[in-house]
Amino acid sequence: MAQEVTDSTEIATPAKIPFWHDPTKRAIIYQVVVLSLVGMLGYYLFTNTQANLERQAIATGFGFFAKEASFEIGESPIPYSAADTYARALLVGVLNTLKVAFIGIILTVILGTILGIARLSTNWLLAKLAGVYIEVMQDIPVLLQLFFWYSISYEILPSPRQALNPFTGVFLTNRGLIFAVPEAHPAHSYMALAFLAGCVAVWALSRWAKRRQEKTGKPFPVFLVSIAILLGLPLAAWLLGGAPLKMDVPALRGFNFKGGLTLSPEFVALLLGLVLYTAAFVAEIVRAGIQAISSGQVEAAMSMGLKPAQVLRLVILPQALRVIIPPLTSQMMNLTKNSTLAVAIGFPDFVSVANTTINQTGQAIEGVGMIMVVYLFFSLSTSAFMNWYNKRTALVER
Amino acid sequence: MVDSSQSIQAEQLKPPITRIGVIGWLRANLFNSVFNSFLTIVTLYFLWKIVPAFVRWAFIDSSWNTTGAACRAAGGACWSIVAKNFRFIIFGFFPYESQWRPLVAMILLFILLLLSSNRRFWRKWLGYAWLIGLFAMGLLLKGGLFGLSSVDSTKWSGLPLTLLLSVFGLTAAYPLGVALALGRQSRMPAIKSLCVVYIETIRGVPLISLLFMSSVMFPLFLPEGITINNILRAQVAIILFTAAYIAEVVRGGLQAIGRGQYEAAESMGLNYSQKMRLIILPQALKIVIPPTVGILISAFKDTSLVVIIGLYDLLKTTQSTLSDPRWMGFSIEAYIFIALIYFAGCFSMSSYSRRLERELYRGN
Repeated sequence: MAQEVTDSTEIATPAKIPFWHDPTKRAIIYQVVVLSLVGMLGYYLFTNTQANLERQAIATGFGFFAKEASFEIGESPIPYSAADTYARALLVGVLNTLKVAFIGIILTVILGTILGIARLSTNWLLAKLAGVYIEVMQDIPVLLQLFFWYSISYEILPSPRQALNPFTGVFLTNRGLIFAVPEAHPAHSYMALAFLAGCVAVWALSRWAKRRQEKTGKPFPVFLVSIAILLGLPLAAWLLGGAPLKMDVPALRGFNFKGGLTLSPEFVALLLGLVLYTAAFVAEIVRAGIQAISSGQVEAAMSMGLKPAQVLRLVILPQALRVIIPPLTSQMMNLTKNSTLAVAIGFPDFVSVANTTINQTGQAIEGVGMIMVVYLFFSLSTSAFMNWYNKRTALVER
Repeated sequence: MVDSSQSIQAEQLKPPITRIGVIGWLRANLFNSVFNSFLTIVTLYFLWKIVPAFVRWAFIDSSWNTTGAACRAAGGACWSIVAKNFRFIIFGFFPYESQWRPLVAMILLFILLLLSSNRRFWRKWLGYAWLIGLFAMGLLLKGGLFGLSSVDSTKWSGLPLTLLLSVFGLTAAYPLGVALALGRQSRMPAIKSLCVVYIETIRGVPLISLLFMSSVMFPLFLPEGITINNILRAQVAIILFTAAYIAEVVRGGLQAIGRGQYEAAESMGLNYSQKMRLIILPQALKIVIPPTVGILISAFKDTSLVVIIGLYDLLKTTQSTLSDPRWMGFSIEAYIFIALIYFAGCFSMSSYSRRLERELYRGN
């Protein structure tokens, strides 16, 4: 009876909770306070900025895009001259950044994988050397490494007249790295087409082989056949195109080399510094990925009767890659972000061009904003890829 | 009788000479397969090509305390550039007769770091010691009190500046990072999204863009007539940058704490701040000490980027030595010297962090 009475009174008159003790209301108050503080700060900065811009007569907006840039850019993948617009100059910067990042990432992954495997080698000497390399490179700022490689190019390397010639067709000078390339020939574009066709054929082949194995249980040597297709098709195209062998060999004319392909000292120093630095981190990631697989997995796979190559392809790699890929992408992103240090050694990457733009137009806010947006775009697309990949490869736990 | 025959047998069954000692070690570790033998020989060949030449350049033909001209004549490494410009490279433009002050400040910092590296000293007094120490270091640099002459902060340069930017940067970024991590875990959507946007934006952009922001945009943000000096602006940029990374590390620690701890704290009747302050954060922050040391290492390396906005840190003082015509052409020696300084700092921190990780995991 008494129980009933207390219950009913509680239901009838729910104790009035003061709003500062109600978590939901309190949360709303907190959020309003924080948002208004942030808003006030933003407003304060905005008004200050407006006043400053007016006082210093700095233009706002992106009108400068269409104006003539009137500065030269040392190297550019697309035709560019000082008479072009700022927009085109910035585009050149983006392309240069992408060029460094793309080549750098490929080289870093290759070198990092080799180093990571060497670190785990049963060869004591090799494992120790790889360990020393990894430790030393990780502990020296990448900017210092860039300066170091760049200083070698202008202090030690000779002028083109006394160029070092370590291999035939390769010249090292203080004007950069110059090497021979195959002379332009229509057969090369056929080879590229043949390679693309090969990729499509390999994709179709692996699907067909998988279906056949599921139906009949008969495996097909996909890997060997794929390599044969990928190498064979371009080779056939090269033969059909007349097997051009002529090389465009650089030769000294006057004060500099003519012909061949020249990589500027800035580009080489930037690439070398970024690759050698980031590869040390990648090596650690690869090592951790390989060590993450317990020996029981390998033994179990072998006792199932899989061949060593199958053990690697079906058991080790899928598991190791799940551990390796996420930190690897963040290292690739780091390499891309570190490529902004190009501005310190004078390679015209995006930040360097944007910096020149800021200095010429005085529009610091737009300039810094552009830098942030471009790199945010790179990293958001990287993390979008990462999320997709993680979802795809996540362990399905029961 | 039996014993002696056994011992004879044991003696007879001793491992063959090729399995033990130097030869055995070589066979097991360098020549245990055809491929490994090949690798060993190739590696040894390259070492033989590189190491003697380097030793000859760095030690035998080198000059240690001469003029630049004498260096050029000697041909080997010119360590004289370091010896002759040592005080400028380390202390930069700090007034020559007062350079003991940054030196004392750095020694103070090393003592504090050394004390903090011992887990037995992780007590409250160490926190106070750091507060007093940081204040004393600032005072030693700035001067103006207790009869120390005042030194303008534009004169702060070299190694003290590098250490200042990284140590003060991390110290100031730490509370901000913890707050951001808590905000990101919060159930309040407005606070959570503010923190997420901040963290992801900062982590997505390169440090150099924040440094540009500090050098060219901050002046526009401030009301007319107020200026903040270069070093403080760069320091703010480094703090804002580091805080986002600390936030992510701390978030990892918060997520590693089991839900039982949160629930137990709540069922004890603790409110949010008590729960975090007394139960969750002490455990979470302990877990993340090794990655936090990792952030300190990156902060120490990343401060070298202030070169680009024209601050005279260790790297920049070295470069301005190199632009002196008397010492032109010895960049490699100078860069190797400061690389050694950076390496010593980073290596001791990273091996400490690894040791700590082992100890902490054993403890759990």
